[in-house]
Amino acid sequence: MADENGILLECRKVTKLFGDDGNTQQVLKMVRDGVAKDEIQSKLGAVVGVREASFQVHQGEFFIIMGLSGSGKSTLIRTLIRLIEPTDGEIIIDGEDVTKMSEDGMRKVRRNKVAMVFQHYGLLPHKTVLENAEYGLKTRGISWQERRDKAQSAIDRVGLSGWEQYRPSALSGGMQQRVGLARALSHDPAILLMDEPFSGLDPIVRRQMQHEFARLQEEEDLTTILVTHDLDEALMLGDRIAIMRDGEIIQIATPDELVTNPADDYVASFVEGASPARFMVARTIMSEEPLTAREGDPVEPMLNQMRERKIWSAFIVDNANKVTAVLSYDALNRAHQSGTGAISVGRQARKPVTCDPEMAISDIFPLVLNTRHPVAVVDDRGALEGVITKNMLLEALAHDIDYDEDEVETPSSETTTEQANTEVTSV
Amino acid sequence: MFNEFPDTVEIDLRTRVNDAISWLLDTFGGVFDFIAAVIRTVLLNLEDVLTWMPWPLVLGIVAVLAWYATRSPLNTVVLTGLMVMIGMFGYYDLAMITLAIIIAAVLISFVIGLPIGILAAQSDKADAVIRPLLDGAQTMPAFVYLIPALMFFGLGRVPAVIATVTYAVPPLIRLTNLGIRTVSQSAVEAATAYGATPRQILRDVELPLALPTIMAGVNQTTMMALAMVVIASMIGAEGLGQEVLLAINRIDPGRGFEAGLCIVALAVIIDRITQGFADQYKESIS
Ligand SMILES: Nc1ncnc2c1ncn2[C@@H]1O[C@H](COP(=O)(O)OP(=O)(O)O)[C@@H](O)[C@H]1O
Ligand SMILES: [Mg+2]
Repeated sequence: MADENGILLECRKVTKLFGDDGNTQQVLKMVRDGVAKDEIQSKLGAVVGVREASFQVHQGEFFIIMGLSGSGKSTLIRTLIRLIEPTDGEIIIDGEDVTKMSEDGMRKVRRNKVAMVFQHYGLLPHKTVLENAEYGLKTRGISWQERRDKAQSAIDRVGLSGWEQYRPSALSGGMQQRVGLARALSHDPAILLMDEPFSGLDPIVRRQMQHEFARLQEEEDLTTILVTHDLDEALMLGDRIAIMRDGEIIQIATPDELVTNPADDYVASFVEGASPARFMVARTIMSEEPLTAREGDPVEPMLNQMRERKIWSAFIVDNANKVTAVLSYDALNRAHQSGTGAISVGRQARKPVTCDPEMAISDIFPLVLNTRHPVAVVDDRGALEGVITKNMLLEALAHDIDYDEDEVETPSSETTTEQANTEVTSV
Repeated sequence: MFNEFPDTVEIDLRTRVNDAISWLLDTFGGVFDFIAAVIRTVLLNLEDVLTWMPWPLVLGIVAVLAWYATRSPLNTVVLTGLMVMIGMFGYYDLAMITLAIIIAAVLISFVIGLPIGILAAQSDKADAVIRPLLDGAQTMPAFVYLIPALMFFGLGRVPAVIATVTYAVPPLIRLTNLGIRTVSQSAVEAATAYGATPRQILRDVELPLALPTIMAGVNQTTMMALAMVVIASMIGAEGLGQEVLLAINRIDPGRGFEAGLCIVALAVIIDRITQGFADQYKESIS
C-alpha cells in the first residue's frame, strides 16, 4: 500500500485558483512570488482557494486540516480526489500522481482507494440506509451478496443495526452521518477523507460521534484526513494538524507542538483557547526519571536516594523493566528498622496504578486521585516509561491559566511526602 | 397607386414550402411510414385494451388508483363519480378513444422529451439551442401544429397524435432539464467521490431526484394533450374532441357542453391521480 517511508498520500505545492480564466500562468506566477491573496484578487480578479499546499500523510495516520471558514480546507480536500481540479501541483496517492490521470484512471482511484464523508452527508434520499451504505461497492460492480454483507457489517459497526430499510429522511442528523460513515467504511478505503463530518451535529451528538470515531479509527487502523474548524476536535483526534490561512498551510504539527510552540501569532491565537487537559497526554507531562528498584536490591542506599531526590515512592521493576509493585519511603524505612536488608515485594509493597502513554490527562485525574503513589506510565508490554504525580498534572493545567510570570513557582516535590505516609498493604 | 402592393416584389414562399415538403416526402417517405406505423400500433393496442375492458373494471381501476394516489375517501368518490358521469352522458366509448390518444401522445412525448431534456441539462450548448425553440413553440397557436402533421401524415388519428405530441412535449423537456439542473449537488458530488460514471450518476442520482419535477412535466404534458384533442379532431382524431367539433358545426351548445364537461372530467381524474403519486414520491425523498 504505502511506499517504503509509509507515505500513503502526498501533496506537492498544490494550488487551486478560482476565476483565473485566461491568465492562469500570470496568477500562478504571483502565487509563486508570494503576492497576497487579496492583492491577487483585486489585481486579476482570481481567488486563490489553495496556495502551494504540501504535506504527507502516513499509513495509519490521523491527519487534520484546520482553519477558519474560507481558509480553503474544503477546496484542498476535494482537490485530493479531483472533485475540484487542482490548478497546479502534484498529488501522489499510493505512489501514483492522480493529477496526471485520465477520468477513467481517476474513477478507479475513487472506487478502490478512497472514501469520503461529507458535512451535509451527501446521501441519496430515495435509497434506503442499506442501499446508501453499499453505494460505493455498487459503482465498483461488486456482486449483490458481497455488497449486502459488507454494507451490513459497516452498518453494524456504526451502530445503525435495525435501520437498514429506512430512508435517510427518517433519521436524525447524527444518524444520517453514521450512514455516510457506513458508506465510507463498507468501501474499505486506504484513505478516508472527511470534510467537517461532525459540524452539522448538535454538541452532545458531536462529542459522542467524535469519541466513537476515534475508537473506530483505532480499531480499523484507518488512514484519515479530516477537515475541521473545531480546535477541540482537531486536538482530540489528530496525530498531526495542518493549520490553513488564506489557502495556505502555515504550520503542520502534532497537537502538542501546536499548543506549546505555535508557528506564529495567527496559530497562537487559534490555539489560545485550548485546554491542555483535552489534548495533552501522559507522555507529554510525565517525568522520565522515575525512581526504580529491583527485588533484592539493598534497602539502605535506596532510602538515601529517596531522601536525596525527595521522591517518596519507588517502583519495583523486573528484568524487562516491567512494573510489579510500588513501595513508599515509610514502608521501606519500617522494613529497614526491623532489620530487613534487601527489598522484597512482600507485605510492604503495593500494586501500582498504571496508565498508557497516550492517555489524555483529563482521564488521568481520577487515577491520580485514587492512589497515594504516583501513576506509572507503562507501554503496552507493561514496561515503565515514566511517572505522573498530582503536581505534574496541576502544573500542566497551570499553563492554561493567565497569571504573572514571577508568581509562577515550580511546586516542590515535597508535597508528595504525604503520599508515602500511609500503611502499605501487600500486593 | 399605393393601394396595391406591387406584384413584382412578391415572395412566393408557399410554393417553395410545398415543394420542400414533397421533396421530403419523396426522399424520406420510408421514415414517415415507419413513424406512422409505430404510432398506429401503439394507438390501436391502447384502444383495444381500453375498449375491451368492461366498464366496471375501468371504474374499479379509477377508484383504486384514486385511493392510493390521494388517500382520501372524498377524492376517491369524487374522481370515480366523474367517470360515472361520463358514462351517464353516454360518452363512455368516446372517452376511452380520447384516453387512448392521450396516453399514446404522453408516452411518445415521454420517449422523445426525456432524452432531449437530459441532453439540455447536461450540455449548456444544447440548452442554448433547445430553449429558444421551446419558447417559440409555446407562443405558437395550437392550430399551427396541425399543418405539418397533416402534410406529412395526411388525415387521421396518427397525425392527430403527432400534432398533439408536438404541442404537448415542451413542458416535459423544460421540466426534465430544470429538474436535473436543480438536483442537490451534494448528492451528485458524493456519487462522483465514490467513483460513479456520468451514466451511473444520471441513473442513480439525477433522474430519481429530478423525478418529482419530471412528473410535474408529464402532468402538464397530459393537460396540454387533453386541451389539444378538440383541435386535433379537425384533422381526424376521433373521440370527445370530435363531438365538441360536431356540436360547434351544428350549433348544438348542449351537446358541446356535455362533451366539453367530459373532457374536463378526464383532465381532473388524470391530474389528481398523477399529482397524488408525484406528491407521495416527493414526500418520501425529502
Ligand atoms: N467555486 C468557487 N468559486 C470561487 N471561489 C471559490 C469557490 N469555492 C471556494 N471558493 C473560495 O475559495 C476559498 C476557500 O473556500 P473553502 O475551501 O470552501 O473554505 P473552507 O472549507 O475552509 O471554509 C474561499 O475564499 C472561497 O470563497
Ligand atoms: Mg468548508
